[in-house]
Amino acid sequence: MEHDAFPQDDLESTLKNNARQLVDSLERGNFGEAVQMINELNKARDHGLYLEVGKLTRELHSAIVNFQLDPRVPHAKEVSQISDATERLNYVVTMTEKAANRTMDLVEQSAPLVNDLSSEASSLSADWGRFMRRELSAEAFRELAKRMELFLARSERDGAKLSGHLNDILLAQDYQDLTGQVIKRVTQLVTDVESNLLKLVLMASQVDRFAGIKHDHSILRAEQVKEKQPSHGEGPQIHADKRDDVASNQDDVDDLLSSLGF
Amino acid sequence: MKILIVDDFSTMRRIIKNLLRDLGFTNTAEADDGTTALPMLQSGSFDFLVTDWNMPGMTGIDLLRAVRADERLKHLPVLMVTAEAKRDQIIEAAQAGVNGYVVKPFTAQVLKEKIEKIFERVNG
Repeated sequence: MEHDAFPQDDLESTLKNNARQLVDSLERGNFGEAVQMINELNKARDHGLYLEVGKLTRELHSAIVNFQLDPRVPHAKEVSQISDATERLNYVVTMTEKAANRTMDLVEQSAPLVNDLSSEASSLSADWGRFMRRELSAEAFRELAKRMELFLARSERDGAKLSGHLNDILLAQDYQDLTGQVIKRVTQLVTDVESNLLKLVLMASQVDRFAGIKHDHSILRAEQVKEKQPSHGEGPQIHADKRDDVASNQDDVDDLLSSLGF
Repeated sequence: MKILIVDDFSTMRRIIKNLLRDLGFTNTAEADDGTTALPMLQSGSFDFLVTDWNMPGMTGIDLLRAVRADERLKHLPVLMVTAEAKRDQIIEAAQAGVNGYVVKPFTAQVLKEKIEKIFERVNG
């Protein structure tokens, strides 16, 4: 197994040995042996290449198995982990949207109750002040007492309703637990996929090394940069406070805009 | 005062709509991206535009440019409410002629301040 695990070391020692013998043969003027050595060198390189291609193929296969993607059955009943993850994330979107709407429904139902209670309370308190200053007639006081009675009953009723709404708002936050679990699982999958892909990249780079293939990294990077178009939007910035090219809060935005003459 | 709210997320539109109502602006309409917003702006008599940046279809920055390029709409005050916070983007929006820029997540107070500032400047 060790032989298999470090083919490059194996190859390197073979190359070194053969190269030394090649120089040796040439110095001794033994050209027949030198040509033989060159053949050996070629064989060692080819052997390493076949070995790496074989390994790459095996890794690709196991990666496909790991991702549960079967190219032969694209509409298989068993969904792949990737499309399962997509579904899970869609579930998160639905759950958070439902919770947000439920919360806003309850807030919209509660706001008028609170506003009505407080405006009626301030109107009653004004009349109560008039009563305390003995500015109210007996008839007006009877009217005030009636309103007071209605207000107390309504306070009790609306208070209970509001308390119910607050409870429901609390319950509507249960999405955090459920979506948190889903997101953690998807994060785990992404990490697994990344490490599998990284393995494949390492394998492929071994093949490149044995075959002597060189990639122009500057061209690859230029393509990556070209794909990033800021006007398409990037969404929320994570670690905004640690980056110089990102405004980390509204004050930063305001400062930048005022420096531009806003 | 008629206000158009453009955001691809209905919950965000609803939040902004509620905050605007608290500020006394009750006449609002909604669109979910620039493609649907632009014809509404062109045919309706809107006085103010609140738009997100990142939306499918037509983005907010493209909508802003389209508004500034339209002879009848070019003076419409535009407030951007967005999660886009890169300095380059804020500068891009300023150059495109935005009147205010609020980054998400935001508070009711910030939204109120920016709207008041825009109207002060527009009326003053």
